[in-house]
Amino acid sequence: MAVVHFPNDWRRHTGGVAQLHVAAPRVQELYDELNRRFPGLGQGLEKAAVVIDGDIYNEAPYHKLEAGTEIHFVPRIAGG
Amino acid sequence: MSRLHVETTVNGEAAEFLCEAQENLLTALRDRLGLTGSKEGCGTGDCGACSVLLDGRLVPSCLVLAAEARDRQVTTIEGVAEGGKLHVLQQKFLEHAALQCGICTPGFIVAAKALLDRNPDPSEEEVRYWLAGNLCRCTGYDKIIRAVLDSAAELRKEIA
Amino acid sequence: MSALLKPRSEPRRNFKYVGQRPIRHDGPDKVTGRANYGADFTLPGMIHGVVVRSPHAHARILSIDTREAEAMPGVKAVITGADIAQNRAQVSMGEGSGDMHDVSENCLAHGKALYHGHVVAAVAAMTLTQAQAAARLIKVQYEKLKPVLDIESAIAPGAPILHDHLRTEGRAAGAPDRPTNIAARAVLERGSLEQGFAAADLVIEREFRTRMVHQGYIEPHACVARYSPDGQVFIWCTTQGPFQVRGACAAVLGMDLGRIKVVASEIGGGFGGKTTIYLEPLAVALSRKASLPVKMVMTREEVLRATGPTPGSRTRIKMGMKKDGRLTAASVTMHCESGAFAGLAHRSTAMCCLSAYRIPNFFIESHSVLTNKPKVAAYRAPGAPMAMFPVESLLDEFAQKLGMDPIDLRLLNAVEEGDAAPYGPKYGPIGYRETLQAAKSHPHWSAPLKPNQGRGVAAGFWFNAGLNSSAVVTLDADGSAAVVTGNPDIGGTRAAQAQMVAEELDIPVERVRPSVGDTDSVGYTDVTGGSRVCFATGMAVIQAAEDVRRQLCARAAKIWNVEAEAVTWSEGAAHPPASLDKKPLSLKELAAQMARTGGPIIGRASLSAPAAGPAFAVNICDLEVDKETGVSRVVRYTAIQDAGKAVHPSYVEGQMQGGAAQGIGWALNEEYRFDAEGKMENASFLDYRMPVASDLPMIDTVIVEVPNPTHPYGVRGVGEVPIVPPLGAVANAMARATGVRFTELPLSPMRVLEGLDAKG
Repeated sequence: MAVVHFPNDWRRHTGGVAQLHVAAPRVQELYDELNRRFPGLGQGLEKAAVVIDGDIYNEAPYHKLEAGTEIHFVPRIAGG
Repeated sequence: MSRLHVETTVNGEAAEFLCEAQENLLTALRDRLGLTGSKEGCGTGDCGACSVLLDGRLVPSCLVLAAEARDRQVTTIEGVAEGGKLHVLQQKFLEHAALQCGICTPGFIVAAKALLDRNPDPSEEEVRYWLAGNLCRCTGYDKIIRAVLDSAAELRKEIA
Repeated sequence: MSALLKPRSEPRRNFKYVGQRPIRHDGPDKVTGRANYGADFTLPGMIHGVVVRSPHAHARILSIDTREAEAMPGVKAVITGADIAQNRAQVSMGEGSGDMHDVSENCLAHGKALYHGHVVAAVAAMTLTQAQAAARLIKVQYEKLKPVLDIESAIAPGAPILHDHLRTEGRAAGAPDRPTNIAARAVLERGSLEQGFAAADLVIEREFRTRMVHQGYIEPHACVARYSPDGQVFIWCTTQGPFQVRGACAAVLGMDLGRIKVVASEIGGGFGGKTTIYLEPLAVALSRKASLPVKMVMTREEVLRATGPTPGSRTRIKMGMKKDGRLTAASVTMHCESGAFAGLAHRSTAMCCLSAYRIPNFFIESHSVLTNKPKVAAYRAPGAPMAMFPVESLLDEFAQKLGMDPIDLRLLNAVEEGDAAPYGPKYGPIGYRETLQAAKSHPHWSAPLKPNQGRGVAAGFWFNAGLNSSAVVTLDADGSAAVVTGNPDIGGTRAAQAQMVAEELDIPVERVRPSVGDTDSVGYTDVTGGSRVCFATGMAVIQAAEDVRRQLCARAAKIWNVEAEAVTWSEGAAHPPASLDKKPLSLKELAAQMARTGGPIIGRASLSAPAAGPAFAVNICDLEVDKETGVSRVVRYTAIQDAGKAVHPSYVEGQMQGGAAQGIGWALNEEYRFDAEGKMENASFLDYRMPVASDLPMIDTVIVEVPNPTHPYGVRGVGEVPIVPPLGAVANAMARATGVRFTELPLSPMRVLEGLDAKG
C-alpha cells in the first residue's frame, strides 16, 4: 500500500481527504485509481510532478510502488 | 555605396579591409578580418568585451570607427600569445579558474595586459578600478583579480 | 543502462581525480579568443536578419504593410505573424512545461503587441545595414491600448486585460470566472494560522517588494539558421538547451522534430535566460523564404527591452515566534509580476519561501500576475531569491527584537533530515545546519566592524533538477577517451565530466576529451540549468564510463578465455580470476587490442533522474553605508554552501562567487525602470547597473559536503542556490548598519537616503 498525500488545494476534489492508502503496483495504476475515485482531480495528476519517497519526478508512470511508499504531488519546476 | 579602404597593422601584421564609413572597429575586426576573439556585449562601450589596444592604448573597439585604425597599430586578443606560447596572463587565468563562460575573458586579458604594461606592481584596488570597465557576470571577479595579481608577480620575477 | 535512478547507496569517499582542480579543457580556446560563440559563426551565402519591435506597450496590430521593405534592393525575405501559425502545443522548456502558444506569441506577435519591444515583423537582407534600413520601411498600424505596468494596476477591478481568454489557473474555489491578469495561483498550507499566531509571543508583519532584474549574460542572443530545399533545418545558436531549441522551433513552425538539427555554440552566460527561444524560429522562417542561411544577433538594447527578466514581486508576510525563538506561524501572500505572458514563479516561490524552517502552521499563496512588460524567463533559482528574502529579513528582525544571534535563531528553527518540506515530502539528508554552523565558526562572523558598517546573514535553498540526460564515452586505441553529452557548458561541467570519466577508468584527466554534442550526436538531454548537469548528466557520464569498464572486462575475458563474470576491475586494469596465472591487462593494453577483440568500445547511458538532494547556502555580508550619499559598499563577503561533493572545487567556488555577485547587484543596484508609457528607461549596461570589479571585495567561499545519497559521488547541484541568500544578507547588513529595516529592493542610494530621512 502506497501512502498518498494530497496538497491542500486538491482536497476540495477529494472530499477533504488529506491522506490515503492505496494499493497499486505502479504509479500509473495509482493514478488510474485516484482518477476513478476523485474525478474532480481532472488533469491535476498528469500536470503535477510526483514525489516518490522524497525524490521529485516530472513523470514516472511505471515506477513500482512498495509497501509504505510515500507519494506527494508538487508543481513541475526545473530551474534556470 | 562606396566603402573606405583602410590599411592598418593588426597584431604586428599588415592588414587591410574595406568598410562602411560608419562601421566600428569591432565590426571590421570580426567581419572583415575574421578576428572574432573580440566580442560585442553591448555596443555602447560599457562592457569591455570588445577591448583592444590602439597604439598601445586600451579602447572599446565598438566606440572606435574602423577608419580610425588607418596607419595605426591594433592589438587584439589574438595577438596576446606570442607564437604558440600563452602569455602569463592567459596561463594564470587558466590556473586560477578565472573564467567560466569565457565571453568576457578576451576583453579582460587585453585590459589586464594594458594595465601590467604600464604598472607592473598594481595593488588589488588598482586592479579592480582598472578593470571596472570590463563586465563579468559569471565569476564575481574574485578569481580574475587573483589571476591578474599573480600574473603581475610572475612577470616581475621574470624581469628580475 | 536506460533506467531510473539506481537504489540509494553510500557515495564513494576516496577519490583520485574528483575533487582536484585540473585546467578546463576548453580553457585555452577561451583565453585566446578561439572559442566560437553564437555570433562567431558564418555559413556561405549567409544574409542578415533583424526584427521590427512594437513601440507601444499595449496595442492592437491593425495592419502591417511590408511592400516597400520587400521592394528594397538586397531584401530577401520579410515575415509577420501571418507567416507563423498560432498553436497550443506543450513542449518541455527548461522552466517546467512551456505553453507553446505563449512562447510562439512572444517570438512574433499575432494581433496584439503586449510590451514595448514585442516583435511584430522580421526582415532579412544581404547586409545588416540593408536589413536595418528595410526594417524602418515596414509600416505597422497600431491601435494603442492602455498598458498595465505594475501589480496593483494589473489586479485592480476594471484593469485593462492582456489576454481575454485567460482565467486564473489554480484559482480559489468560488472565485469568479471572468477575464483577469492573474494568470495562476499556488497555495500551500499546514496546520492552523489562528492557533499558530495565538501561540506566538511576538508577531511581525511587513510588505516587501523586488523589481524585475535581468540575468545579465554578457553574450546577446545570436543564431544562424539554414532551411534547405529538402526541408532539413540547421540551427547554430547560443543556448542552454539545443534539444529545447529543436523541440520549440518544431512546435512553433509546425515542422517535424526530426528535420531540425541544432548545434549549440559556446555560451556566453545564460543563468536561465537562454532556456527559451527568441530569434531562432524567426531565422528559420526567414531562411525558408529567402532560400539562404540567415544570421540574427540581438543588440544589448534588444536583450534588455525584450528578453525575459525575472519577475518583480510584492510579498505580504506575517510571522509569529515564541520568545524562546521558535517559529509558530507564517502567512505569506506573494504577487509575482511576470510580464506579458503567464510565468511559473507562483509555483517555486510558494515551495521555497519557508523551505528552510520548521513551522507548524502556515499559509502560502503566490500568484503570477501579467503586466505589459517583457515575458519573464528563468533566472537562477527562479522565484527563490524574492521568496526567501522577506523570510530572511523577518528572521533578522526577530533576532534583533529577542536579542538573539541571528545564526542561533536559524539553528533553532532549521530543517533537517526527516522534516517535512513545505511542499509535502520529507527531506532526505540535507546540509542546512552544517552550513549555519560553518557560518557561525567562520572568522568573518566574529570579525570587528568599523563605524557605519553592518553585518547581515541570510540563507538560501534550491532543488536540483533531475530530468533527462544522455552520455557517450568512446575509447581510443591509445587508451584515451572522449565523452559527449548534450549539455552546453556554462560553468565548467566539461572539466567535471572529464574528471568523472578519469575516475571511473583510472586514466589521467588530460587523457579525456569532453565535448558538447549536437542534437544528432547524442541522445535527448534536458537543459543545462536547474543545477542538474553535474548531478544528472554526471550520473549518465559515470554510468557510460562504467559501461566501458564492463566491456573492457569482457574483452579481457575473451583474451583469457574465461567467463566475463570471473574478471574484476581495479586500479585501472582488468584482473583475471586467481586460478589463472596471467598478469592483469591495463586499460591501455586492452584499448590497443579493441579491433581484434570485438571492435570499437563505446559506453553509453541515458536516464531520467528525479530531483533529489536540495542544497542550502548561507551568506555573510558586511556593508559600509555612507549616510550622506546613500551609497553603500560591500566590504566583506563570505558564501557557504553544501555541495554534497565538489567535483571541481574551483568551479563550485566560481558558482558561489558569481551567484553572490548577481544577488548583490539585485539587492543594491539592479532594477528595470519603466516610464509611464511602459518603455524601459535603462536599457543599456550603463544604466542597468550590474556589479563591476571595483564594487566588490574578494568573495570567500566555504564548501560544506553533506553527501547526496541519490548520486554515486554524493554530488548536489550547486549552480543556482548561490543567488538566493545575498538579497537577505545585504538587506540585513543594511538594517544593522543604518537602523532602518528596508523592505524594498534595490537599496539604491536614493532609496537609502529616503529611508534614513524617514527615520529622522
